[in-house]
Amino acid sequence: MKLVVEAAVLGVLTGGVYALMASGLTLIFGVMRIINVGQGALVILGAYLTFVLNRSWHVDPFLGLVLTMPLMFALGVLLQLVFIRPLRTDREALSVLVTYAIALGIEGALGYVFTTNYVQLRAWYENASFPVFSFRITYVYVLGFVVCLGVLGTLFLLLYRTTLGGAIRATMLNRTAAQLIGIDVDRVSAIAFGIGMATAAAGGVVFGLTNAFNPGSHYDLISRLLTIIVLGGLGSLRGAIIAALIMLVTEDITAVVVSPVWASFAFFVILVAVLIIRPQGLYGVRVRERI
Amino acid sequence: MNLLEVEGVSKRFGGVVAVDDCSLSVAPGRITGLIGPNGSGKTTLFNLITGFIPMDRGSVRYKSRSIGGLGPDRIYGLGIGRTFQLARVFPRLTALENMLVPVRRAGLRGLLSHAQWGHERERAMKMLEFMDIGHVAGTLGGSLSYGQRKLLELAAVMMAQPDLVLLDEPAGGVNPALLERIGEDIRRLNAQGVTFLLVEHNMGFVMNLCQDVVVLHDGRPIARGTPQEVRADPRVLDAYLGA
Amino acid sequence: MTALRAPRRLRSAGLLALLAAALLLPLYAPDAATMNLAVFTMMYVGLATAWNIMGGYTGYISLGHAGFFGFGSYALGLLLTHLNVPGGYLPFLLVPVAGLGTAILAIGVGWIALRTRAATFVIVTIAFMFMLQLLAENLVKLTGGGAGLAFPVPPWGPDFFITPFYLAMLALALLGLGVSWWIRRSKFGLGLLAIRDDEDKALAVGVPTRAFKLSAFVISAVLVGMIGGVYGYYVTYIYPQFVVDPLIGISMVLMVFLGGLGTLSGPVLGALILEPAQLQFAYRFGASRLYLVFYAAVFLVVILLLPRGIIPSIAERLQRRRLAL
Repeated sequence: MKLVVEAAVLGVLTGGVYALMASGLTLIFGVMRIINVGQGALVILGAYLTFVLNRSWHVDPFLGLVLTMPLMFALGVLLQLVFIRPLRTDREALSVLVTYAIALGIEGALGYVFTTNYVQLRAWYENASFPVFSFRITYVYVLGFVVCLGVLGTLFLLLYRTTLGGAIRATMLNRTAAQLIGIDVDRVSAIAFGIGMATAAAGGVVFGLTNAFNPGSHYDLISRLLTIIVLGGLGSLRGAIIAALIMLVTEDITAVVVSPVWASFAFFVILVAVLIIRPQGLYGVRVRERI
Repeated sequence: MNLLEVEGVSKRFGGVVAVDDCSLSVAPGRITGLIGPNGSGKTTLFNLITGFIPMDRGSVRYKSRSIGGLGPDRIYGLGIGRTFQLARVFPRLTALENMLVPVRRAGLRGLLSHAQWGHERERAMKMLEFMDIGHVAGTLGGSLSYGQRKLLELAAVMMAQPDLVLLDEPAGGVNPALLERIGEDIRRLNAQGVTFLLVEHNMGFVMNLCQDVVVLHDGRPIARGTPQEVRADPRVLDAYLGA
Repeated sequence: MTALRAPRRLRSAGLLALLAAALLLPLYAPDAATMNLAVFTMMYVGLATAWNIMGGYTGYISLGHAGFFGFGSYALGLLLTHLNVPGGYLPFLLVPVAGLGTAILAIGVGWIALRTRAATFVIVTIAFMFMLQLLAENLVKLTGGGAGLAFPVPPWGPDFFITPFYLAMLALALLGLGVSWWIRRSKFGLGLLAIRDDEDKALAVGVPTRAFKLSAFVISAVLVGMIGGVYGYYVTYIYPQFVVDPLIGISMVLMVFLGGLGTLSGPVLGALILEPAQLQFAYRFGASRLYLVFYAAVFLVVILLLPRGIIPSIAERLQRRRLAL
């Protein structure tokens, strides 16, 4: 029982990371109706960027966010402009392929530069922990969780308290209507993509601190992120967060109760269950194209 | 016996009640018009009847058989065809191919055989010629003019010989000459036994063509009768000119 | 714009010539390097054609077909192991059984995946592939896990070794092309194309979209599964990550897009162009991961500059020229 509680707590903490990474993914889908299968690769890219700062200049990973987040934001805007915006016809299908290609390109480039050896982000306090009930939680996890909350909180503030946020939400609800009231949907799309990248940077830091990674890690990551946003409902931020928590807690508890090997499987079992019972996810909308 | 019986059908979208306890019936062999101010629920009613959206309450009976809950493909198979407000054809298929898509009885043999098998192809060409668009048989749907698309849409729907056809604004976006043609085509098909229920805003078109008119307002019928009766009904004037 | 068709006799003659060339290849180029290239190229001709039946005709993009490829491999391998089948020609006869197993899997996966819109469908196919990879890795008692699964080794001498595999791949590719061609000219195929163009409109004219999509998906999966089986037998030893390999899945997609989505010859052309290039590149740059960058670059160029693929783009150019004359 103790182990289950510990697993649950860990699940919540790691759920926060996945929530952060998934939030960017679902935001991008909501605004542009595209599935960015490269989100995992971009998280890993963020992790490697931080890795460079970490190893070469001994910058604390969290502090490094000051540099990496704006950098990734700019990269995101650039990617959207160069690779996504030109897709006029058949956007949904083609964007999957384009983003997959971007992911492959990033994996290849990172593999070339850093080789496929596993690395991890280091912090001088990484082994420090504090006791909770009968087990210990490492500070890194908690700090990571706080960062996730912070970034997500900022994202919510941005979406619900600023004009830009209003424009983003309008575009998510109805792209054509948003255009009709004067919103520059192309600009909003680019910015949304940039925000998605910035959250990937933050997610990359926390992920990189708590996991060993290599360029190939994006596959495992993206399959989980995609599962999360399907459970949460494509385009729903709230859904992504709740789904991430549910998935990770379930996975961690399964790891303890059944076995770590089958824990990842739990992810997909939940996905299948969701698709059978409620295909649109927790907060998704059952969409009929155009009547 | 009425061909189509709609009874107590209701549908709401969130806070908006689109169709409110709507009941109407369509007699066989007639051309019935469904009119009403914008937002009165006409297209929603069509979508409910043809199975595109589920109804909250009520029943729809076709030839005395309940069709509520069936999917649009089953409903077409039973003999109810429909057109859309903005004419929809398959843009990457030729006009002839568009005609060969409709499926009435999905027998395995029929599905696996050559789509352009003589018999089917002949019928399709005949129908295209009936609507005077035989000359564009080899043109891709996406390259057709809007008027040609409208005619093609109707022709394709007729391929499976439906008994009831729901037309959603057949006169929408159409020039007067084409409008006459469409009216003629509807009359000719009607003479062959096809029942029509059409939603329309073009009063002249409705009054000329329809034998029966039903007026919808705020999701429910408020008047019914011949075009002349309905035109003179004060409630109808009120609905159109009022709030 | 009307659909483009070359004169009938010319097309038939051209096709016969190609077929003859393909069949006679082992005779005039029997060296191992060429034959190996031929096996892989023909494998991808088959894979691309099969994927096109779902992705090209219905427009539903599956990025998880590598799962069926891997399943077919394991299915045949396990079948051969449990039935103690020796190497030789017999394993080829059991390939359809692996296909049958793939069909059952595909019905299940397809039924779930097609409950949702096209966007979620893609995600489900990706998830399915990862699930299958996980299963292959973790059901150690069944699949051997990370240690891999062995196939019986055929007794043929080194001179003749590759030829039967090439012919098997050719046979499957021809089967795929035959099925694809038949579907395309049937009412079923028209229904699929209609679904691609406008799914709701297809429903409105009576097309049973769920049944049609599922059928296309299963047909596509079965072909891929059988090809996977032959592949496993060819390489004689399979590992989870090399057989349920996302790169195989994405290659077949890229080939179809390059050649022309939804056309009959497009996938063939795409495979003929990309597979030899791919093998060359992997040979030269494989170790350094740079071939992934090559992939990505080709992919991006194809999609951004030639979104409809080679065949339709050529057809369009020719059409314009005809009209201009």
